[in-house]
Amino acid sequence: MKDILTGNLVRLAAFDPEEVGKAFSGWSRDSEYWRLMDSGAIRLQSTKEAVKNFEKEVEELAPGVYFFGVRRLADDVLIGEMVLDVVNWSGRDAFVGLSIGARENWGKGYGTDMMKVLLRFAFTEVNLKRVSLGVFEYNPRAIRSYEKSGFCHEGRQRGFLNREGKRWDMPFMGILREEWMNLQEKERENM
Amino acid sequence: MFDIQTQLFEARDIRFGPIDHEKDPEIEAKWTHDSEFMRMMEINPARPLSAAIIKKQYEKLEKQIDESKNLYHFAIRAKEDDRLIGKAGIQWIEWTNGNGWINLGIGAAEDRRKGYGSQALNMLIRFAFAELNLFRVSARVPEYNEAAIALFEKFGFMEEVRRRQALDRDGRRWDLIVFGLLNSEWQNQAKA
Repeated sequence: MKDILTGNLVRLAAFDPEEVGKAFSGWSRDSEYWRLMDSGAIRLQSTKEAVKNFEKEVEELAPGVYFFGVRRLADDVLIGEMVLDVVNWSGRDAFVGLSIGARENWGKGYGTDMMKVLLRFAFTEVNLKRVSLGVFEYNPRAIRSYEKSGFCHEGRQRGFLNREGKRWDMPFMGILREEWMNLQEKERENM
Repeated sequence: MFDIQTQLFEARDIRFGPIDHEKDPEIEAKWTHDSEFMRMMEINPARPLSAAIIKKQYEKLEKQIDESKNLYHFAIRAKEDDRLIGKAGIQWIEWTNGNGWINLGIGAAEDRRKGYGSQALNMLIRFAFAELNLFRVSARVPEYNEAAIALFEKFGFMEEVRRRQALDRDGRRWDLIVFGLLNSEWQNQAKA
């Protein structure tokens, strides 16, 4: 069996609240990072506060939530974080969330690679039936990446967000286990 | 409808009130023994709960209301004898975006199909839009809950998201539907 947590560009690694908290405190100073990642108003957090929040989250939410730090294969630098939240075990449905911190790492295919690894983990290790996500209308780069990963559009909540004095929709996307299996099949055929 | 004297918590047959920590746990515990009710209300597996557990849940809920200030809960009571017949609430409110999620249930089978749910939803929406001043509300409904779907459609909710096969019950997969209603749509209805 191969290492299921390593992709082509990145790997999913342990989530260390200390390390991620420290990085997150810096990433959040870029307001665009926050707006792409979270629907709430920006809050600047000290390293201390961010570390404490992550420690609390990890302690309270595990084992139903899988937290990962994301490292670049080339230099092992922490570039982001990723979370798989099993919202319903009996329905085998989970939400995925991710962020890539520094803007020089945006648009490089890291997000798509992260998702590829996470879906493999979700469907072949956690044995889920579907993976869901919510995204913001003003983040077309993320939407394109999720489409590439095989997610289907499942609708949108109208005017869910208020940013810059304007209303924006919140699209929802999902991928079923069978859809993901078919994609793997196709990939193998093309190899 | 847009009258400051409008009673927010009084309808024809029902009223909204606070939790009664002495009497309500026993009644709500009884509802949880009805698996049909639980499956309509909850996405998690149905399980019967004791009055003691319900009591603890109420305490947790009130603590949450106090601390996070992003949810509201109402006990629904019949006006004729003040008995508890259901529960209604608005949760996960995001104040900066002005959105929230509503939930509503009539507990005992003999109290359903009497228009109580409709009166409760009417008050809940009015509270969300004319008191909390939310921009929109959402509601999550399993595909198999036909009564709830009919109720939300009657109130002008739009099916916005259909999370395919998100639920697994009785050996088959079911969609989870998300309905949405905008404050502006509600105001237009009231004018019409």
